[in-house]
Amino acid sequence: MAAGERTWERPTVFPRREVKWAVYAGIVGFFVWSGFGVGADPARIAQGLGSAGSLVGDFLPPAATPRQAERILDKMLESVAMAMVSTLTGIVLSVPIAFMAAENLSPKPLYAINRGFISVSRAFNAIIIAILAVKAVGFGPLAGILTITFKTVGFFSKLLAEDLEDINMGSVDAVRASGASPIQTLLYGVVPQVIPRFAGLSVYRWDINIRTSTIIGIVGAGGIGSVLLTAFNRYDYQYVTAILLAIIAVVLVAEGVSAVVRRRYN
Amino acid sequence: MATEQRGWDRFDRRRRIGRFVTALIAAVVVVGSWQFMDIGVVNPGTIPREVGDLLTRMYPPDVAYTTRIVGPLIETIHIAVLGTAGALVLSIPVALLAAENTTPNAATFWLGKVIVTVSRSVNTIIWALFFVVLFGSGPLAGAIAIAFRSVGFLGKLLGEEIEEIDFGQVEATRAAGASSTQVLLYGILPQVKPALVGLSIYRWDINIRDSTVLGFVGAGGIGVQLFRAVNAFAWQSVATVLIVILGVVVVTESLSAYTRGLVR
Repeated sequence: MAAGERTWERPTVFPRREVKWAVYAGIVGFFVWSGFGVGADPARIAQGLGSAGSLVGDFLPPAATPRQAERILDKMLESVAMAMVSTLTGIVLSVPIAFMAAENLSPKPLYAINRGFISVSRAFNAIIIAILAVKAVGFGPLAGILTITFKTVGFFSKLLAEDLEDINMGSVDAVRASGASPIQTLLYGVVPQVIPRFAGLSVYRWDINIRTSTIIGIVGAGGIGSVLLTAFNRYDYQYVTAILLAIIAVVLVAEGVSAVVRRRYN
Repeated sequence: MATEQRGWDRFDRRRRIGRFVTALIAAVVVVGSWQFMDIGVVNPGTIPREVGDLLTRMYPPDVAYTTRIVGPLIETIHIAVLGTAGALVLSIPVALLAAENTTPNAATFWLGKVIVTVSRSVNTIIWALFFVVLFGSGPLAGAIAIAFRSVGFLGKLLGEEIEEIDFGQVEATRAAGASSTQVLLYGILPQVKPALVGLSIYRWDINIRDSTVLGFVGAGGIGVQLFRAVNAFAWQSVATVLIVILGVVVVTESLSAYTRGLVR
């Protein structure tokens, strides 16, 4: 035992140490490449940080004339209203898609089509969808509702389908064995098992939808985003701060409500 | 026994009324919201027609456009990578502040919470608007916007991980005479390292998706190309860009899922 000096080395997940260093070197190399790629030139950053001081001064204090305040309130209500309506439409549309996208409940081709749809919905940022919706139905909250509904379907169906795949098939078989029709099997064998998660997910998505509804106005799809972009373009930075504070307040309230409700259902 | 039939109800009376009232409130809110938006009468038939029209214009995708978007696409990935890296560096101190067991005092705890909240409440695109003013348009502003948005996400989740650690190990390291840096490196970091790697890869995956739209406010990436094509009504080019984005997102998502599976 005492003959050889044994040292301790930290265990690693990599099969060999050379692999570990190669992976680390690769990652660092990519960062450097990225740094050059985006032109992260120290002089430019320093210059930006220098002007940050005076710019932050322009943003403070938050200010809005009574008319602007009224506009914030009006457009913020529009954002929240969009989120409310599209949470409902989104969830209504998600339910059948989720059932069709659950591997244990749906035939293979249907499963593949619905999973594909979910991937498409999840892949594109809300802003991209909003642009297409605005081109399709014109400016205004209707485009926003379409956007948020579409995004909701991808998110909600995916998570609901995953829950459906995790259900206990024993209870489904038991309901079927007692002579239930396929619809009854679904209603009494499957649905009760996912209802608690369903409630939690709905509120969670509602919270996300409130956030989304505050930005898609930037491309004209209704809500407070349009006011924000206009304020930025007019260099009315104190007004921008006021709008941002309003957005943060609404988002926090939504997050609080969502957290409280989800705790009750878990 | 047999004379009286007893029915089975899922809910007792109070819960039934409660459920009814909740449903009623939800219905009123949704109807009220629809009224408030003043969209007016929408002919439901026009929406599928308009969307269908848009899709026909997109077909077939303009394949030749692919060569023009390779550069912006790489730029998008750079923005996401650099933004995530920056966020990771910034989020470690924020997480230490926002975790109840490592924060020095109540004031720093609240400071951590405020940083996390502000960062998470402001969307990437709004951060980008701000940093474009600061650093000029280009991918640098985009990367910084991504970093600022991700700090909150990483700081919050990493902070929660730090709150879950076994504090005995931290005390053992300290008892062995470690300085505070050493306590951090040998007492705390090894316990949260899997979470740290998993979370940053997850956030990188989200950031790839977020960085595809930064171009709209002039913060670089493939979004610039996308919005140029949209504004020119070049729908076939738009289709190409969308397909490329879809491909990249699907690849990063599976890469992220695979890597997170490794470190779990």
